[in-house]
Amino acid sequence: MNTPTDLSFSKEHEWVRAEGDIATIGVTDYAQDQLGDIVYLDLPSPGDSLSQGAKMGEIESVKAVSDLYAPAGGEVLEMNQAAIDAPELVNEEPYGRGWLVKLRLSDPAQMDSLLSAEAYDELITREMEENTD
Amino acid sequence: MSGDTLRQLPLAERHRELGARFAPFAGWAMPVQYSGIVKEHHAVRERAGVFDVSHMGRLFVSGAQAGRALRRAVTYNVEALEEGEAHYALMCNEDGGILDDLFVYRLASERYLVVNNAANASLGRERIASVLEPGVELEDRQESTVMLALQGPQAIAILSRVIDGEPPARRRCVEVDWLDSTLFICRTGYTGEDGVELVAPVEAGGALLERLVAEGVVPCGLGARDTLRLEAALPLYGNDIDTDTSPWEAGLGFAVSLDDGAEFAGRAALATVHESPPERKLACLQAQGRGIMRAGCSILHGGRTVASMSSGGFSPTLGVSIGMAYLPVELAQKGTELEVDVRGKPLAVAVVPRPFYRRKRAGQT
Repeated sequence: MNTPTDLSFSKEHEWVRAEGDIATIGVTDYAQDQLGDIVYLDLPSPGDSLSQGAKMGEIESVKAVSDLYAPAGGEVLEMNQAAIDAPELVNEEPYGRGWLVKLRLSDPAQMDSLLSAEAYDELITREMEENTD
Repeated sequence: MSGDTLRQLPLAERHRELGARFAPFAGWAMPVQYSGIVKEHHAVRERAGVFDVSHMGRLFVSGAQAGRALRRAVTYNVEALEEGEAHYALMCNEDGGILDDLFVYRLASERYLVVNNAANASLGRERIASVLEPGVELEDRQESTVMLALQGPQAIAILSRVIDGEPPARRRCVEVDWLDSTLFICRTGYTGEDGVELVAPVEAGGALLERLVAEGVVPCGLGARDTLRLEAALPLYGNDIDTDTSPWEAGLGFAVSLDDGAEFAGRAALATVHESPPERKLACLQAQGRGIMRAGCSILHGGRTVASMSSGGFSPTLGVSIGMAYLPVELAQKGTELEVDVRGKPLAVAVVPRPFYRRKRAGQT
């Protein structure tokens, strides 16, 4: 599984790229792989205010629907219309063109509560082992 | 984990090597997907796919009066089937409620095969056992055989090459010798495509799977099986039909014979039900926007809940969500606009003709 080292991760399998107080959020490669073919995204709208850990939308694959949680709090600046129109982008490029939303972070210190790439890899390794037991 | 209590397919290891991901279904660890549900779905619509459906029940009924005995367990007049003919049928309770749906194949004049749902396999076996008469035997071959479904527009051409022979015509079945084994082939399926279902002893079944994969047939899991059958508007037992649904409201009247004088479980109740036209009908709904309707979602008309979805999901062929529901007949008309409550959000849907997808037949373009 491909886990970029310059990103931060939530236990709910979202990634965050923070540049100053602007954060780009998406779901991880592991998440898209577990979900399978993604066919529908319900994302928060620009102007929405999210608190860290709050439900911010839904991601739905052919198999099932999952909730999306805000890995950090802030005001929504942008949602990825291209991914809404073609949700398979999330499967194809989860860390690239398949990003979901951009936020203005309300408290950039919240980033410190997220996982490093190394810690996230350990998390998904444990999950994969549990799934094959 | 509950994994240790799940039944394993005889070819499970080979499916794992082919990239299968497994999930529990009706007590079995079943392949849900290999390369991805959408890819597998399109492979079946455009070329050919193979599904391991060995979780289905396989009951052989044989003896001089096999047909007469079996007739008492199912709704269709299976005694009238020709040798080599197959037909869809139901098992009902005394109230006429549907206990299971199944396929009956008349292999020879005194020999039948019944294929029923995994979740109901033991119920079917008990029901058939209860109608046996002297000289009629029931043999459960679920453990000693595998069942593969080869489906798609190229399925027949591929099978002809593999068995070096001619597959049977639609809804006909044959037994052929292949690799020192008997291979049962029937031109039936659950995808809306042309294709066959194959029953073989475990070893020959494994060899058959290898040959099919070598021919480029795409391994497919239960995920694609569900999206394919939903597009074809084929009912799924437990979702679209159960003890609370009648065959006629489900559009399955062709599975019930009431005029051959035979007695079978539920006959009297079904005859009464059949006297009046159904008040509701299993209808096909197609989403007008984004959002995915699923089984259990409420359906509203004029702000009032009129039904709940019996099946729903995403249609890879149409690119939108589709589903089925029992609607009052006045609403079950093509073009009726309704609203589905998808976890609190309204989704506009319209009634469309059944099925959602119909394969092109030979000569059509």
